Amino acid sequence: MASSPKLNSKIPEGTIDQKWSKYRSTVHLVNPANKRSLEVLVVGSGLAGASAAASLAEMGYKVKVFCFQDSPRRAHSIAAQGGINAAKNYQNDGDSTYRLFYDTIKGGDYRAREANVHRLAEVSSSIIDQCVAQGVPLAREYGGLLSNRSFGGTQVQRTFYAAGQTGQQLLLGAYSALQRQVGMGAVELCARHEMLDVVTINGVARGIIARNLITGEMEKHFGHAVLLCTGGYGNVFYLSTNAMGSNVTAAWKAHKKGAFFGNPCYTQIHPTCIPVSGDHQSKLTLMSESLRNDGRIWVPLKKDDTRKPTDIPENERDYYLERRYPAFGNLVPRDVASRAAKERCDAGYGVGSSKKAVYLDFAANTERYGKTEVAKQNIHNPSKEQIMALGKEVVKEKYGNLFDMYQQITGENPYEVPMRIYPAVHYTMGGLWVDYNLMTTIPGLYALGEANFSDHGANRLGASALMQGLADGYFVIPYTLGVYLSDEVSRMSAEKGKADSIETLKTNHPEFEKALAEQTALITKFLTIKGTKSVESFHKRLGLIMWDKCGMARNKQGLTEAIAEIQALREEFWRDVRVLGEANEFNPDLEKAGRVADFIELGELMCKDALHREESCGGHFREEYQTEEGEAKRDDVNFAYVAAWEFKGISNWELNKEELVYENIKIAQRSYK
Amino acid sequence: MGSGNGELLNLTLKVWRQKNSKAKGSFETHQLKGISTDMSFLEMFDVLNEKLISENKEAIAFDHDCREGICGMCSMYINGRPHGPKHAVTTCQLHMRSFKNGDTIIVEPWRSIAFPVIKDLAVDRGAFDRIIASGGYVSVNTGNAQDANNILIPKTAADESFSAAACIACGACVAACKNGSAMLFVSAKVSQLALLPQGQVERKERVLKMVQQMDEEGFGNCTNTGACEAECPKEISLENIARLNREMIGASLT
Amino acid sequence: MSQGFLKSSIGKKTVMALTGIFLISFLVVHCFINSLIFFNDGGLTFNTGANFMAHNWLIRAGELVLFAGLILHIIQALILTIENRKARPIGYEMVNGNANSSWYSRSMGLLGTLLLIFLIIHLTHFWVKSRFTGLPGEDANGHENLYAVMQTTFTMLWVVVVYTLAMVSLAYHLLHGFQSAFQTLGLNHKKYTPLIKNIGVAFSIIIPFIFALMPILMYAGVIK
Repeated sequence: MASSPKLNSKIPEGTIDQKWSKYRSTVHLVNPANKRSLEVLVVGSGLAGASAAASLAEMGYKVKVFCFQDSPRRAHSIAAQGGINAAKNYQNDGDSTYRLFYDTIKGGDYRAREANVHRLAEVSSSIIDQCVAQGVPLAREYGGLLSNRSFGGTQVQRTFYAAGQTGQQLLLGAYSALQRQVGMGAVELCARHEMLDVVTINGVARGIIARNLITGEMEKHFGHAVLLCTGGYGNVFYLSTNAMGSNVTAAWKAHKKGAFFGNPCYTQIHPTCIPVSGDHQSKLTLMSESLRNDGRIWVPLKKDDTRKPTDIPENERDYYLERRYPAFGNLVPRDVASRAAKERCDAGYGVGSSKKAVYLDFAANTERYGKTEVAKQNIHNPSKEQIMALGKEVVKEKYGNLFDMYQQITGENPYEVPMRIYPAVHYTMGGLWVDYNLMTTIPGLYALGEANFSDHGANRLGASALMQGLADGYFVIPYTLGVYLSDEVSRMSAEKGKADSIETLKTNHPEFEKALAEQTALITKFLTIKGTKSVESFHKRLGLIMWDKCGMARNKQGLTEAIAEIQALREEFWRDVRVLGEANEFNPDLEKAGRVADFIELGELMCKDALHREESCGGHFREEYQTEEGEAKRDDVNFAYVAAWEFKGISNWELNKEELVYENIKIAQRSYK
Repeated sequence: MGSGNGELLNLTLKVWRQKNSKAKGSFETHQLKGISTDMSFLEMFDVLNEKLISENKEAIAFDHDCREGICGMCSMYINGRPHGPKHAVTTCQLHMRSFKNGDTIIVEPWRSIAFPVIKDLAVDRGAFDRIIASGGYVSVNTGNAQDANNILIPKTAADESFSAAACIACGACVAACKNGSAMLFVSAKVSQLALLPQGQVERKERVLKMVQQMDEEGFGNCTNTGACEAECPKEISLENIARLNREMIGASLT
Repeated sequence: MSQGFLKSSIGKKTVMALTGIFLISFLVVHCFINSLIFFNDGGLTFNTGANFMAHNWLIRAGELVLFAGLILHIIQALILTIENRKARPIGYEMVNGNANSSWYSRSMGLLGTLLLIFLIIHLTHFWVKSRFTGLPGEDANGHENLYAVMQTTFTMLWVVVVYTLAMVSLAYHLLHGFQSAFQTLGLNHKKYTPLIKNIGVAFSIIIPFIFALMPILMYAGVIK
């Protein structure tokens, strides 16, 4: 299989460990004087966006940052809990760049691009250095050195963390760096702005149309490059661990303007989330994967066991992950753990009133910690209560905020009874297709972090999202953007002084006017349908279709039905949606209407992609393609490619394939047994 | 299901409505029936908004995003307290089991001259961003860092710094303070960096600039009532304000 | 200290704290001298002390500083109050302040105003007479008889009531003010703050209590 001619991944020559360092040292540079006249628009202010904007501004580019929240610090990276991976080998447990590279490729079920992943592993160490230098208070040992913990899919301890708030601390570090540039006038901050379209002139990205969410004013912004750092699209499922505002609009509008969408069906269902409690549920809350370090997952051995978990004796419990995967146990990758939970619940062993939950139990480790503390404190003949009390203190220090959150939401005390957990949509590996430079198929338009498809293949390992977001922003884009912008400099000097040139016209270019008119018309359209059903109700219905038919397990029939249902839903939406209020005011309902409209279109593409991929890999599980033990069965002969979808019109896409070549890692059946 | 005993609540809501920052606002009263105790406070608002839309009335605008207590976007002043009656939670983590059947709940936006109302319950907290931009950082450009383990930091210092850094900038401290002071917010950032070796170089300049910006934004003056600490969803300690004072006095005297 | 500092929010509250601590130290001296009446010797010891205070030039100079400190404390409090009102132009419909702070910590302005009114009454009773209008003769030791003024003043029930209520205000003002001053000056430490707070509570109760005893016991005729 050869890659489609429309896709050029631009992977540099050389051996895998030299590609990046050599490329980085030989790409064209932009001289400091020219940087001052180059404008870069950064959409989204999460880890990728904030780090990219700060770094580019430090280099001298003129940067504008857009975020829909009231402050860049609120981007949903803030909610990442467990940690960030880096191949530091501080624990002396055999970690290395190669091992992180290997684990990530294997964890992604051999569906990621080798060169990108290796680069990610290479820069991982620098991220930790950078964050610590910024004053990010990562967890420390008593000797003052950084502390590590384990995450799923690896057998080394390479995860750096700040209690259960690692994403928050890393984001605030990047946010501080960004605000420093804002204070210095190098970055213009446009908070409460939502990007509604990419403006392309002759197929090249030249800016965006954004709506000021407070005044409703439609704005044109010119940029020599546009960076989409807008996160993932998990909210297509309505219920997910994403923030309420997380959306696909920026990426989707770019897609409709010509950016190919890569592997849209690769969705990560996170195994440890708080189960749904009723119809009112608006979002789901993750319980960090780090909990699997110390919690044991089990269900009763007996079907429909209604006893309290604490009343079920050891020998009547099924620690199914430890049983099925002795080597990795509770620390198998997320896709494997999620499917195993679903399997047990579907088979009738689920717990709680909904029977859609399994236990995550800390009793054994609380006791173990308690015994260690007893030894440390020289307590002789301690009582069981004393041991457990001391153990709880240790658990509280490690996961206190998560336990508190669990109690807030469920009203149950997880120190006393096991948590009930169930898988929920968490992350999307798919995203805009990008080349090695992180550029999409639209020249000048880039996608960073979760918004792109590139590094996690069909399944992302825990603590790798923070790593990728910051790698892209701090250490990749500052170099690769120059490759394109150095050419821009030549174009600009050639066009200098011409009255009808892009440089002279900027946002007065007719293409800007056209895009502005289109987006304004769209806003008017939402407000004039005056139907009977709320935006929220459409979102909920879309979510149900997606979860039932394009969720943890998919099959041909379900996906075919889903496509038809989504098409019908789209038609109904445009006929019967009710959006109240006005265009020229703060109008959250109107904002949401645009986002849901885009989710509906994306949902169809996800189903289409899932339907075409006749194999199971990572987060994409097709029931028709599984081993006898119920594990995912890949088809490397026919599907070792990135599916990059080109938008051709509503419900009409063309498939382009980027062949995945594994030169350094031998493709193998993924085993965690 | 959660521990909710299946009880359903009937509630009266008095909610502040205000068209935009220039308009004059007023309270609007709504009746809600059959609210599950398992719902979060914002999910109760979702129900109310859906009801309003079905009646062809505009939904109530309020800020919210992550709904897991970490983004700091939600900001409702509920029955006389920021984030409502429960200790150490944000509005999104407040659940209806904290209320009783028949309760009347008054919901207002944060009130501060530095946080103008945008619409209904949503306010503009850009002042916080400007305070951080004035000095809430370590000036280190990307790519200049030494190996992370070359900086040894005592665990206690790292932990204390982290506790201050846990601030989510929701603004509850300002909303709770009878003087509308932002000192808990500012002190959290000043403390985080003052406690770490990385923050030492700019220590003096940082506190001077951040306090100046805080004052320019129009926040009130701290009179040590401790309301901020009591209402902070992240339990940021008053010790940080003492440290801020110490840093400021030190920076000004020397 | 730069002028910028004094204009800053933290500078202003530092002034409040420093003047507050200064006034607290004055209370200690005042309370000590006045406690001499508890010798119940017809005011001889007390008058000796009062006489010393009235004729020592250092104390007289200190008196000026004391007034300056008091005025600064008051003016700064006024400025802060006005600024703090401006910080919240539109108030809340419902405030549940007791849920997060003590009523007296939120009522320092009110308590301070009550104390100011009391102070004016108090100064008219004693200080004005002692310094300007003159005292009624001398005691057995030949000292000016301030004690006699106390005796006359505290025969009036309303005076005793006002003084007692004022001391209650003082107690609450101190209850917040004492530890607050240390917090403002940044003197906060895990080990020592609880100690400071306990001393503050003890101080806030003991000093006003002793002061309040004076008019009460004199009125009751216990001290003659």
